[in-house]
Amino acid sequence: MEQLKTIGRELAMGSQGGFGQSKEFLDLVKSIGEARSKAEEDRIVLSEIETLKRRIVEPDIPRRKMKEYIIRLVYVEMLGHDASFGYIHAVKMTHNDNLLLKRTGYLAVTLFLNEDHDLIILIVNTIQKDLKSDNYLIVCAALNVVCKLINEETIPAVLPQVVELLGHSKEAVRKKAIMALHRFYQKSPSSVSHLVSNFRKRLCDNDPGVMGATLCPLFDLITIDVNSYKDLVVSFVSILKQIAERRLPKSYDYHQMPAPFIQIKLLKILALLGSGDKQASEHMYTVVGDIFRKCDSSSNIGNAVLYECISCVSAIYPNAKLLEAAADVIARFLKSDSHNLKYMGIDALGRLIKLSPEVAEQHQLAVIDCLEDPDDTLKRKTFELLYKMTKSSNVEVIVDRMIDYMININDNHYKTEIASRCVELAEQFAPSNHWFIQTMNRVFEHAGDLVKSKVAHNLMRLIAEGFGEEDDTADSQLRSSAVESYLRIIGEPKLPSLFLQVICWVLGEYGTADGKFSASYVTGKLCDVADAYSNDEIVKSYAVTALMKLFVFEIAAGRKVDILPECQSLIEELSASHSTDLQQRVYELQAIIGLDAHAVECILPSDASCEDIEIDKNLSFLNDYVQQSLEKGAQPYIPESERSGMLDISNFRSQDQHEASTHGLRFEAYELPKPSVPSRTTPVSLASSTELVPVPEPSYHREVQQAATVPSSSDTGSSEVKLRLDGVQKKWGRPTYSSSAASTSNSSSQNTVYEVTPVDGSSNVNSKAREASYDLKKTQVEISPEKQKLAASLFGGTSKSERRASSTGHKVPKGSSHVLKSTAGSTTDVLVEKTTPVQPPPDLLDLGEPTLKDGPSSVDPFKQLEELLDPTQLGSSANPGIVGSTSAPDIMQLYSDKPASGQSGGFMYPSSSNRSDDNLVSGLANATTDSAHNITAAAHPSQFSKGPNLKDSLEKDALVRQMGVTPSSQNPNLFKDLLG
Amino acid sequence: MIKAVMVINTQGKPRLAKFYDFLTVDKQQELIRSVFGVLCSRAENVSNFMEADSIFGPDSRLVYKHYATLYFVFVFDTCENELAVLDLIQETLDKCFRNVCELDIVFNYSKLHTILDEIVFGGQVLETSSAEIMKAVEEISKLEASSNSITLVPKTVSGWRNR
Repeated sequence: MEQLKTIGRELAMGSQGGFGQSKEFLDLVKSIGEARSKAEEDRIVLSEIETLKRRIVEPDIPRRKMKEYIIRLVYVEMLGHDASFGYIHAVKMTHNDNLLLKRTGYLAVTLFLNEDHDLIILIVNTIQKDLKSDNYLIVCAALNVVCKLINEETIPAVLPQVVELLGHSKEAVRKKAIMALHRFYQKSPSSVSHLVSNFRKRLCDNDPGVMGATLCPLFDLITIDVNSYKDLVVSFVSILKQIAERRLPKSYDYHQMPAPFIQIKLLKILALLGSGDKQASEHMYTVVGDIFRKCDSSSNIGNAVLYECISCVSAIYPNAKLLEAAADVIARFLKSDSHNLKYMGIDALGRLIKLSPEVAEQHQLAVIDCLEDPDDTLKRKTFELLYKMTKSSNVEVIVDRMIDYMININDNHYKTEIASRCVELAEQFAPSNHWFIQTMNRVFEHAGDLVKSKVAHNLMRLIAEGFGEEDDTADSQLRSSAVESYLRIIGEPKLPSLFLQVICWVLGEYGTADGKFSASYVTGKLCDVADAYSNDEIVKSYAVTALMKLFVFEIAAGRKVDILPECQSLIEELSASHSTDLQQRVYELQAIIGLDAHAVECILPSDASCEDIEIDKNLSFLNDYVQQSLEKGAQPYIPESERSGMLDISNFRSQDQHEASTHGLRFEAYELPKPSVPSRTTPVSLASSTELVPVPEPSYHREVQQAATVPSSSDTGSSEVKLRLDGVQKKWGRPTYSSSAASTSNSSSQNTVYEVTPVDGSSNVNSKAREASYDLKKTQVEISPEKQKLAASLFGGTSKSERRASSTGHKVPKGSSHVLKSTAGSTTDVLVEKTTPVQPPPDLLDLGEPTLKDGPSSVDPFKQLEELLDPTQLGSSANPGIVGSTSAPDIMQLYSDKPASGQSGGFMYPSSSNRSDDNLVSGLANATTDSAHNITAAAHPSQFSKGPNLKDSLEKDALVRQMGVTPSSQNPNLFKDLLG
Repeated sequence: MIKAVMVINTQGKPRLAKFYDFLTVDKQQELIRSVFGVLCSRAENVSNFMEADSIFGPDSRLVYKHYATLYFVFVFDTCENELAVLDLIQETLDKCFRNVCELDIVFNYSKLHTILDEIVFGGQVLETSSAEIMKAVEEISKLEASSNSITLVPKTVSGWRNR
């Protein structure tokens, strides 16, 4: 219907005649308007292009015709077709003396060309000429083109003229010259930096239009450097005052507002200048207050100015009176029926809330209306507001809402954004680890692969670390509830890879820890995962490692390992996998299953993922071995830096090994960290390494040969191996990880000896969070309507009677710290007194029915809040001490050291380069002299009996392997508040 | 800074497109398509503002006005005020194209560009006094007319002259 109307209208208009355009053009527009499909439209346009191509080169085209052709070209290009054949004609047209043609030519080139186009050079001369023209309209047209088409290189060609034009007698020219200069500044600040003072000068121009134009460049300049323009505050204020007092010509009025656009620009500038500057702000108070009073709030533009006033007031040094005026305006905006005004109101509220949080309280119902509004824009803006006002007392409600919304949208861009916001809020304000895990589960499930891998690693670490040292039961409850929820989720189709990795790791680590699920049940599930996601090698390797851990725990517990048939077939299938990483994992799995209980317990101790590992980074234990090798005639180790010359030689020496040697040239993986190992201790003994390496697998064999023949190759191996190594490094931490803070457990590619590092869990956060929500709970009990409940949970109460309580809810930092202090003094007693227990202690972490309490959307967020008030939980997390903060630096130090040694270790041992990093490093770090034997032996079950110290190295190796899937990245946010 | 001005009809056909940073023809088409895609999915009686991060990059916002069979769209960054831009569209429409229809825009393509160039210059809102704009545009068309033997007085222009 709508379409018919359009067409009818177009036809009617068309029949009235052509506005000086030809019948042809009219027909073209008409037929395009009538086109039923894109294909038809394309056909029409293509034939039009053909016509134009023919016509435009005809000699002696009348000017008017030529103009029309160019316009038609522009039209064709706007419809998405290539009109480049006509560019040159547009350029030619700019040379014409006729104003009409010149302007048309200029218009066409600004639309056709970009500043780097080859044809620009043909226009520059014309522009130069036109800038000097007597006709100011030609000058304006030229300035227009200057803005669009002059680039850094051509600026000098026109700059003198443009500067000259700043003093032109016509204000229209001055205005545009300023804008052109501004454009130059945007494109290349250095080329016009000496001319910046011109902007200040023009601010005093007699013409308000020119003055208004000057505000644009000044705004940009002030944004970059506030301090150099503080002296202009008084000028800006007086200009604004004059405008507000209607001293400008009437023609600048718009809807009875004096020059509103200039006012808006000025208010923006004042906001920049007054930010954090009390003295400057004081100049502004009067005039901003005046505008608040004078502004007509019945028109759009009046409201636009009012909004800008609010932005200004919330940016400059706060003034109580102005804040009050701003709050009044916000109230008006929010109460309005117009969505536009509501939107502005929410945005303004978000600005003001930083200064006076109690404003939000007055408008809580309005905010919730906006949240439930069908208008998506408004909804998102409201989420932004909620995001800004999140605190520990309302985090659950807000995050819950956000996730609900996230589930329902398809816009990936916004989904990613809102997912990362959820994660950020959950990390910052999580009232309990349990809630955090549940929330993460939901985010993972619904945002899928849009979540960053860092988040997954945090989640794993949280599960591994739990609440802290003192509360083992809570920890294990947390874990088994995680296990339970994962076992439930695991069957769902199409889970994101990252989430599966987390699931596999947790199941491997804790799947059978509480005895609720049998190993065969869990392993069965893991096999299903490996089967279902057979394209995802990372998930498969996580699954295999998890299987290995489960089997080991079974053996260690003295139970008989019962390998399911599907598990057996999976193992067999993967042992022939193309991925050497998977292959190796499976071989290790098979090898370890054959060991006795004591051995496996050393290899994979249960729940040891958080323990730290110490590294002897000097590799002093290798000295003997090195000495021996040297005596046998091995070449001494040459550091990488001195080795560049040798690479060529090795190339020459082994022409047929060319491929291998090119691999040998690739040292990428080891170039980042500076190897800290002194060179003298580490000679490369090639001969011995070939002897030592038993090679049962043909595939390995080839690689070992290569490694052996290329003296300096430390990183040999097929490209496939390389690829895989990349994956491994990503998971286990590149060397750069080491510098970041607070990673406690994890990173397997380094280390052998465990060292216990106490990591205080997030108990402090928890206690804080729960305490903050005390007041809330008390006040909310009687409120019945759901909306009010929501309001209360978001803002902390509606009605006046609750005012007191809710305001304490608002000042969370203060209130909670107060409570904290008292807790520190007399521990939990105080807290218990304060509240009546709603539920028995373990509720928060109840393993039995996690769905009931913490299951995602089904639960009323309000109830969840109440649950949190459970006082006994608080008791458990007493001692809001400083444990975390003290241990933090040590951890960091440890980590900064480790990777370097790990890397350098790998570097020295070409013989083992055919295997994965972790394997190799673990072997090296192992303090035995016969490490070379063991390393190789470990990977090949058939050689087990030969290794003199097989068990030992296997243990280490497996330990590292176990650690392999441990998260290695850090999350500064999550524990920031803990660690101080 | 204003990034783009577009006029799209309700069938998704661009009627005017002006980008203040250079973009290739294909990119322009893609942007127009995605803008139209978002616009036509918006219900009536909702706000005229939208966040356009996913189309135009971070911090982009979009203000549109649905007018007969046309969408007038302004895309800009955080430096502009949404309500003000909305009014800018309104103003342009009211003053210059009181009874604007699609054909007016197509046939007065260069005129529309002239008006737009008076208001938005190099991505900045330059002139907001409608009288000034009218004066400039009229002067240009007068001069153009006199410099050309053929008179070109489009209907819409005579329309607002008579008012």
